[in-house]
Parts: sequence; C-alpha cells; structure tokens
Amino acid sequence: MEGRFANLWRLTVNESKFVESALQSELRVDGRGLYDYRKLTIKFGKEYGSSEVQLGQTHVMGFVTAQLVQPYKDRPNEGSFSIFTEYSPMADPSFEPGHPGESAVELGRIIDRALRESRAVDTESLCVLAGKLVWSVRIDLHILDNGGNLVDAANIAALAALMTYRRPDCTVGGESSQEVIIHPPEEREPLPLIIHHLPIAFTFGFFNKGSILVMDPTYVEEAVMCGRMTVTVNANGDICAIQKPGEEGVNQSVVLHCLRLASSRAAATTKIIREAVEAYNRERSSQKVKRHHTLAKSEVSGPIVVVRKRQQQKKSSGQEKAAEIHFWLWLWWLIVTFWR
Amino acid sequence: MEYVNPEGLRLDGRRFNEMRQIVAEVGVVSKADGSAVFEMGNTKVIAAVYGPREIQNKSLQKKNDHALVMCEYSMAQFSTGDRRRQKFDRRSTELSLVIRQTMEACILTELLPHSQIDIFLQVLQADGGTRSACINAATLALADAGIPMRDLAVSCSAGYLNSTPLLDLNYVEDSAGGADVTVGILPKLDKVTLLQMDAKLPMATFETVFALASEGCKAIAERIREVLQENTKQLEYRRAA
Repeated sequence: MEGRFANLWRLTVNESKFVESALQSELRVDGRGLYDYRKLTIKFGKEYGSSEVQLGQTHVMGFVTAQLVQPYKDRPNEGSFSIFTEYSPMADPSFEPGHPGESAVELGRIIDRALRESRAVDTESLCVLAGKLVWSVRIDLHILDNGGNLVDAANIAALAALMTYRRPDCTVGGESSQEVIIHPPEEREPLPLIIHHLPIAFTFGFFNKGSILVMDPTYVEEAVMCGRMTVTVNANGDICAIQKPGEEGVNQSVVLHCLRLASSRAAATTKIIREAVEAYNRERSSQKVKRHHTLAKSEVSGPIVVVRKRQQQKKSSGQEKAAEIHFWLWLWWLIVTFWR
Repeated sequence: MEYVNPEGLRLDGRRFNEMRQIVAEVGVVSKADGSAVFEMGNTKVIAAVYGPREIQNKSLQKKNDHALVMCEYSMAQFSTGDRRRQKFDRRSTELSLVIRQTMEACILTELLPHSQIDIFLQVLQADGGTRSACINAATLALADAGIPMRDLAVSCSAGYLNSTPLLDLNYVEDSAGGADVTVGILPKLDKVTLLQMDAKLPMATFETVFALASEGCKAIAERIREVLQENTKQLEYRRAA
C-alpha cells in the first residue's frame, strides 16, 4: 500500500507465522480448500447498469453510464470505454480519499486490459455518426469493503454492470441527416451493449517462496503472501490477460498450473454471472417500472441533438373508450333482458 | 496488414525468433551511484540508481529489517512520435509498481536494513518493449551501484501475429492488436518474476509464446553478463594504472 496511512495496520508476527504454517499443512485460516472461492453474491440496483458484488467479506459496486462524445482521431468508427476505480476510505484504513494509489490504478488497468484488448465489449456498435459522435461508456467501480481479492470481485462487478446496462436508443435523422435524436426510455426501449464474451479474473497468492499457491486470498493472506498472479480467462478457453507484477519468482510449471486451474473454473463462474443477470432481467420485465423523465437537452458541439419531449398523456385512450361503451351496452342488455 | 511475409521476414527484416540489436552502456550518469543506458533496437532507456541511502519518508517503510525500494518510471515527452501530453499517467504508475516489485524480488534487501534504494527510469525513445528495456537497464544500473542481488532480472517481450509467435515486438507490431506477452525472469534460478499478457490467446499458443519470450530473456542475460564483465575489466585497468 502507499500513503501516510499505509502502515496503520500491521500483521503481527504470530498471525503471519500461523497462516504460513497452516498453509504448509494445506489448511487455510477460514477452513477453505486451497483452491476454493468464497461465497459469491451478485445483486443489481434500480438503475440499469448498477451491480453489487460480494465475494466473502469483499464488497464492490459497479456502475455503468454512457455519454455521446467525439471519437478518437485514429478510431473514428469506434466507441470507447473507460474504467474508474474509487477506493473508498471506509473499505480500508490505508485507502486515502481523492488521488488513487498504486493498487487502485493497477486494479483499474487489469480490468481495463482484460475488457479492451480481448475485445469483450463491442465498440463498433457504439458508433452513431462516424467521425463525429460515438458512445463513450464509463464504468465506475466503488470498493466498499476490502476483504481481500479486490480484483476478482471488481471484475465481476464490472461484467455484471455491463451486461445489465441499457443505453438510450438513438436515430440519425433530421434535415441534413446530421441530427441525432436520443429517444427517452418511455418512447423506445433502451438497448443492451453487445458483449462477445466474459473475461473472468482469478487471483492466485503464492506462499513459501512460490511453492504453495492459493486461490482467492483473504485480507490476512494478502498481507502474508510473497507474490500474486491474476489470470483472466473466458469460458471459451482463451486467456485474455495475465498480470504477475513482479515479486517472488515462481517456476514456469507453477504458472502453467495456475492457467489450467483458472481455465477449468471459468465456465462455472460465467454460468453464475449469466444466471444472475437473467434472473434480474426477468424480474425487471415482469414489473412495470414507472420511469422518471430525467433526460435534458445535452450539450454536444457539432450536429444538433434533439431530445423529443414526452407526449402529453391523454385522459383516456381510444381503447379505454371502446371498453367503456361495451360495458354500458352490456348493462343495458342485462336490464332489458331481466326486466321482463 | 501483413506483419510476416511468406518468406518469414518481418517488417524490419528480422525472423520470428530474432531480437533487435542490443546496445548497453554502464556508468553514464556521474552523480548517480549506478546508471546504465539500454537500447533494444530503437527503444532507448536510461536508468539511474541512488542507494543505499537514508530513508527519506519513514512512513513508507513496511519492513524494518529490509531495504525500501522505490522506483519511478516515466516516458520523456519527446520519446514517442507525437509529443506526449502528461509525463505521469496511470500507465506510468502501474509500470512503476510492476518494475519496483520485479527488482525487489532480485535485490537482497535483507542485507541493507533501514536504507532506501531509488531507481529512476526514463524512456528516451519508445519503440515497443519499453518495460523490458527498463528492467534490463535497472539491472545494469543496480549492478553498477554495487547493490547485492540474488540474480540478474532480465525481461523480454513476445507476441503472436499472422499465426506466428514473434520475439521482441516493436511499436508497429505491438499496436497491431495481437497478443503481447512480457516476461521477466531470473535466469540462474530459472524463475519467472514478471509476467504480463494482454489480448486473447488460446492456452496452447500462449505456451509457445511464453517459451519464446523466455528464450529471448536468456539471450539478453548473456549479453548483460558480457557488458558487466567488460565494465569490470575497464575498472580493473583504471585501478591498476
């Protein structure tokens, strides 16, 4: 860790010796097996694109928002996405508010690399007007509780939020076909992002000079371990990213063993995420959620962007009128029939 | 775009398992305790080591009986084609962390308690493989400063384009969108310290690219050893005179 508060919490010699000697007998302090993960729960919020992931004691929230911006000059047909991490001081006394520390930057970049380089999120579909307007997706990850292994939890939070995010539908029209009209959600159903595959991160901790490895280290294990490695794989057997940032050296065979372990677990975790997302989508569509009108005229230089205001709701629509007439006719028939 | 032509030659005329030319020089910054310039093709990096010296900021010290290693990686604004906007961005922060942890693994920090070792890395010319060049330069600079190390930390990168594993990518090959695997090893101990990969690769392909990068690392280790031995001979001549 870094900063003034970095050393507020130090692990005692007794605790670190206990953890290490327990691992030599293949025992972990919380009773898990060496390669077992803690309980994973994925919840979603009211807004589209907000997720809350709990991995044991680690608690991370992810939020996805999108904005229309000008594309990069060398990629005029592609949208962009960026990841911002916020290490809240309530998660860990060593986190400082404001300026992100080294580990925050590293976490953001690990997840960013996994999503960007492996082309998990389709950026070409985010293009609205080539060279002028594209969607820029922003993923915010808030760490609420640091119970160890923030990378895996934050990665799942980002994926869950991306899968449930819906961006507003927009059409290109107007006089010179340079106008972009963003439709509010009441008018047109917002669209999901196109995600080709789910890159899932698995973090390994190395102990005893690289001879013992565990998966999903807790906070205490992270303070004791001499090295770590994060492997991001998808369910198709591809390795999307690897990050072993220095520290203790390990044998090549250990590295390949970690890759195989991660690959074998990718399918199961992908299934958990997909099931959670599907359950949420079903629940969402079964409720008729009343959406509030929050869109305002956005300020984008360039082509004129017009936002259609919500139409005035009529007192009763045509269908309702017909039903009313039908009811009165039936009542009249009833009276006429049974009067005799 | 074709990165490997049918005869097996890359854009700059190398074969798939050929590295770029290495030029290394030790003792270039007179004020520093140890310094080195390391060039891999067009990538040029300068490293300066100050230490062991008194700890400047005691609150950063984590282990009392070990030396504190600080590392700063920055790219000069003139190092890339277009002038860079900021010197320190998130990539520099991540690379500083990664390189520091790589060097910490090979320095015998337990022999220098209550002291601080500063490694400053400046990229003068960036043409792909800057982090590998930085680690190699830092190793040379640390050796020049006389800091005890358990092994030389060497690093090399490899990629996968046009269905061929390629050793030591330059900037054009790196930005092609194929995989980029950077490996840092301790050659005598045969251990992997640094391993970073981006872009998708199937497992089997990764193993070949990883093996190729490790071979490249061993070749660089040989070269670094030669440079250090040459430097020691020079020091010996000067001392004898």
